[in-house]
Amino acid sequence: MQEAMIKRAKELLAEGTVNRVMGWQAGEFAYDITPTVFSSADELDKAFVYNDFCSANVSKYMIKESRKEGKILCFLKPCDSYSFNQLLAEHRIWRDNVYIIGIPSYGKVDVNKVRAKGVTGITGIHTDGPNVVVETIYGSETMVKMDVMEDRCLCCKSKKHMVYDELLGEEGEVLQSNRFEQVEALENMTPEERYEFWRSELSKCIRCNACRNVCPACTCENCVFDNPASGVANKAPSSDFEENMFHIIRAFHVAGRCTDCGECSRVCPQNIPLHLLNRKFIKDINELYGTYQAGEDKDARGPLTNFTVDDCEPSIVHHRRG
Amino acid sequence: MQVEETKEFKPTIVAFCCNWCSYAGADLSGTNRLNYPANVKIIRVPCSCRVNPMFILRAFQRGADGVILCGCHPGDCHYTTGNYYARRRMTLLFSMLDFLGIEKERTRVEWVSAAEGAKFAATMNDFVATITKLGENRRLEDIRCKKQ
Amino acid sequence: MQRIGVFVCWCGSNIAATVDVQQVADELAKEPGVVYSTNYQYMCSQSGQQMIQEAIKEHHLTGIVICSCSPRMHEATFRKTAAAAGLNSYMVEIANIREQCSWIHKNKEEATEKAIILGRAAIAKVHLNAPLTAGESPVVKRALVIGGGIAGIQTALDIADAGFEVDIVEKKPTIGGKMAQIDKTFPTLDCAACILTPKMVDVAQNEKIHIYSYSEVESVKGFVGNFTATIKKKARYVKEDVCTGCGLCTEKCPMKKVPNEFNQMLDNRTAIYIPFAQAVPKVATIDPNACMMLKNGKCGVCSKVCTAGAIDYTQKDEYIEQQYGAIVVATGFNTIKLDNFDEFAYSQSPDVVTSLEFERLMNAAGPTGGTLLRPSDHTHPHTLVFVQCVGSRDISGCGKPYCSKICCMYTAKHAMLCREKYPDTEVYVFYIDVRTPGKNFDEFYRRAVEEYGVHYIKGMVGKVAPKDGKLMVQASDLLANDQLLIEADMVVLATAIEPDESARSIATMLTASMDTNDFFTEAHPKLRPVESPTAGIFLSGVCQGPKDIPETVSQASAAAAKVIGLLVKDKLTCNPCVAESNELMCNGCSACEKVCPYGAITYSDKEFRTPYRTTIMRRVASVNPAVCQGCGACTVACPSGAMDLKGFSTRQIMAEVDAICK
Repeated sequence: MQEAMIKRAKELLAEGTVNRVMGWQAGEFAYDITPTVFSSADELDKAFVYNDFCSANVSKYMIKESRKEGKILCFLKPCDSYSFNQLLAEHRIWRDNVYIIGIPSYGKVDVNKVRAKGVTGITGIHTDGPNVVVETIYGSETMVKMDVMEDRCLCCKSKKHMVYDELLGEEGEVLQSNRFEQVEALENMTPEERYEFWRSELSKCIRCNACRNVCPACTCENCVFDNPASGVANKAPSSDFEENMFHIIRAFHVAGRCTDCGECSRVCPQNIPLHLLNRKFIKDINELYGTYQAGEDKDARGPLTNFTVDDCEPSIVHHRRG
Repeated sequence: MQVEETKEFKPTIVAFCCNWCSYAGADLSGTNRLNYPANVKIIRVPCSCRVNPMFILRAFQRGADGVILCGCHPGDCHYTTGNYYARRRMTLLFSMLDFLGIEKERTRVEWVSAAEGAKFAATMNDFVATITKLGENRRLEDIRCKKQ
Repeated sequence: MQRIGVFVCWCGSNIAATVDVQQVADELAKEPGVVYSTNYQYMCSQSGQQMIQEAIKEHHLTGIVICSCSPRMHEATFRKTAAAAGLNSYMVEIANIREQCSWIHKNKEEATEKAIILGRAAIAKVHLNAPLTAGESPVVKRALVIGGGIAGIQTALDIADAGFEVDIVEKKPTIGGKMAQIDKTFPTLDCAACILTPKMVDVAQNEKIHIYSYSEVESVKGFVGNFTATIKKKARYVKEDVCTGCGLCTEKCPMKKVPNEFNQMLDNRTAIYIPFAQAVPKVATIDPNACMMLKNGKCGVCSKVCTAGAIDYTQKDEYIEQQYGAIVVATGFNTIKLDNFDEFAYSQSPDVVTSLEFERLMNAAGPTGGTLLRPSDHTHPHTLVFVQCVGSRDISGCGKPYCSKICCMYTAKHAMLCREKYPDTEVYVFYIDVRTPGKNFDEFYRRAVEEYGVHYIKGMVGKVAPKDGKLMVQASDLLANDQLLIEADMVVLATAIEPDESARSIATMLTASMDTNDFFTEAHPKLRPVESPTAGIFLSGVCQGPKDIPETVSQASAAAAKVIGLLVKDKLTCNPCVAESNELMCNGCSACEKVCPYGAITYSDKEFRTPYRTTIMRRVASVNPAVCQGCGACTVACPSGAMDLKGFSTRQIMAEVDAICK
């Protein structure tokens, strides 16, 4: 795949269709993959990588990149394409300045799961059928891919691209996903158990803002948490409740717009399952207002900017289980 | 006896009322001298759709024990559609608070028209009774305290 | 820092009996920014107001808090008081310590404590108040009426009567609408043409009214008092100002087999046509889909016979831009398509007709010259079956859930007219309920039953089957609990009505809201029934909901009265408590625009400077203060908080929350 992507990128650069390429390169370590903009064939040859560690969603970068001069080539995995499409719906990306190549994704690998198997000194990774081969300074290790795949990929919602100019590789289908199971499990707990669960999770938050900064829905020019006039921008928490408020407000601000890409949980240094908050909103919206997948249809009206006169009353929350 | 009385829990209740229906309904319950506890403090907003979830969380953060939002009945909004949006927003917010394990009784939405002074008073009496029974709102204040 | 004055009112004993006003004034004097605090028996009285004004001047107050009755009572009074003393009227906040405190609490200690907290909240808010100025916007003294049926005609005539210019835009070649097609009108049975055509002539002759016939509204921009509409005048290939309406071309045109929409396709017209004899304007129109000359350049007969030289095959669509102060929607209705109602054999037999078709069959100017003949064989029918509620009050999803309202009465009219003109006919009417609310309506219906011997049967028709030139009607009689089989010659379906298909696109253009059935929504179902929630847009006739002619005309006049009330003003004062977008924070995501019920928000691409000495283009929202009504829906939809509401800003409300929860 990587070779095919580089080849196509070089062609598009050569023929002048684009003047930059959004891709990935290895950071300090082989598994430490960083999104990067390449502007020449040389740079591509030198550093462009695409492997099972390339899980970063690059759609958010297109907000700024698409406003620059010339067209940029952007490789989108199916789940990134949802984010991209949602940003298009919100007029955040200048579509004319982006050339999209849809690339398939068969699940990305969670390096923590690899490490948990006792593997260290990782220098590379490649897929081999149902397995992944992890190269290390001590030799290569083969493991079943499903065992080391990221949780969000294990309950993938779709392998289909929502937006692209051309496709490399096979196009997939929208999948039947069991992604709400964890939310359901929490819903089935007693309020006390849920409270304990979230108390222990959210109390870990260090307010590093990584979740916000990576989120392709959190693209505000000026975030309310950075704006002294908003009334919620407290750099130093004034009460213990502050972090919870941050996460509730953040989840609410992206409700109906979150495509469930799972980047928030991936980047959380404290491993808080933040995506569950977003998924709870998605699940509620699906159940109460009809199935809605953000990023699927760029012309659809989001569930929170829409209504029907027969919508359920807020008291429905009181009547539900728990 | 005296000591016990001072210990009696008096919850802080914030009521957001839309200017056109519920605030007028609250005025009417005053005009009709229909009692409800003094714990309820009303904030006037133009429409229920002006109420940002941030206001409700802020109230809880600052020590409110219950927050109630009152607006025109669906279909009667002065601005035609405001309360429909408010209804969706509040449904989702309340569901989220419930998901976080916070007592769902602490939040409520009621549709009170300008003619429903009696309903306003009854709603407030009921809401205050519910919150008094629940007790102080510890959950939203000390959620960050780690388990030992 | 504000210099705040606090004024606690006793309201006689209304407040003072349960609230210790002295203590409230003393406590509030301790609040930051409060430089003056007092109490008085009646703040709203002349001397009370004078006291406030003196305090404003003496203590150079920049904001005042009045602890008194509900702001719904005296907010306006105290705003005027402040303005008279040179303080901006929006620097006034009211703490409601009567309706929401003294009147509901009995315990003086509790009530006083609450009054202090309410006062603190108001002080916290006024700290963040900013002087607001109500803007003004000019009013263009011209109205646009979309639709030239009886609703549009009546509205236009009334507005013109008051001395204002009115333009009627009608998409058909003539005004008149559905009423022009109708034979007689209930409950008086006077002929529709006799009462409508004089009005049409009035419109044509009125100097203040301009008719754009065969035209459509292409786009509308602007806001109340200041709309700009683009009107598309479709090419009719006849010079409107030259054509005399002699009709010679229509006689000579060789294309004679074009279905005639005015007669509900029951007969044919020519390619060049005048819809009916009393058409206004009485000008011929060439149907470009039928004309041989326009299709392949072979013919030109009309041009040869026209002595006035009015024919112009090269005519193009013309676009006219015009300013308006108010727009009236009078787009009317159509009967629904009967594709979902196969059981009535409408598509199988020409003798199954809709009520509107039946109107044409009864009309002296119709395809049969007013003699009731079966469309299939032109024989006189003896047994007629009328079916009511075809597609109305239908919850199965095939038809419409609402009652079309007019069908009960026109069916009674049809049945009565049949029996009157042709006493040898047997007339059956199948109904769910007969609804006749209206002046002289029930009497009319009873006459049909009692004097004219129409057989009214409660029950629905299950099936109509054409057989040997007859129609076998299977029906149930619910009252007799009986199954009926009637051999009928004709079946007339009281077909449900629906808003004209153009209504939705017009609503989108005007940002006027619609219900799920595509009827326009009124600003208030009871109190503002002829206004759309969008300021400056008014509703006339069936576009708002099913109506008969008398109701349509009264609504049309009501809409005209509202328009006149708007147009007589030279300037509109705007509510200054409107939303405002902070361009520096706006993402341009359109969330606010989607929830705005008034279409007050628009977007533009603007250039912004970046910290790196470069510029960047961003899409940003702006609010039209003349259109915004200040509901605040946008402020919550906006994730970045770029949208705020003046007078009820996020910071102000949060300050109130903090003051209460302290």
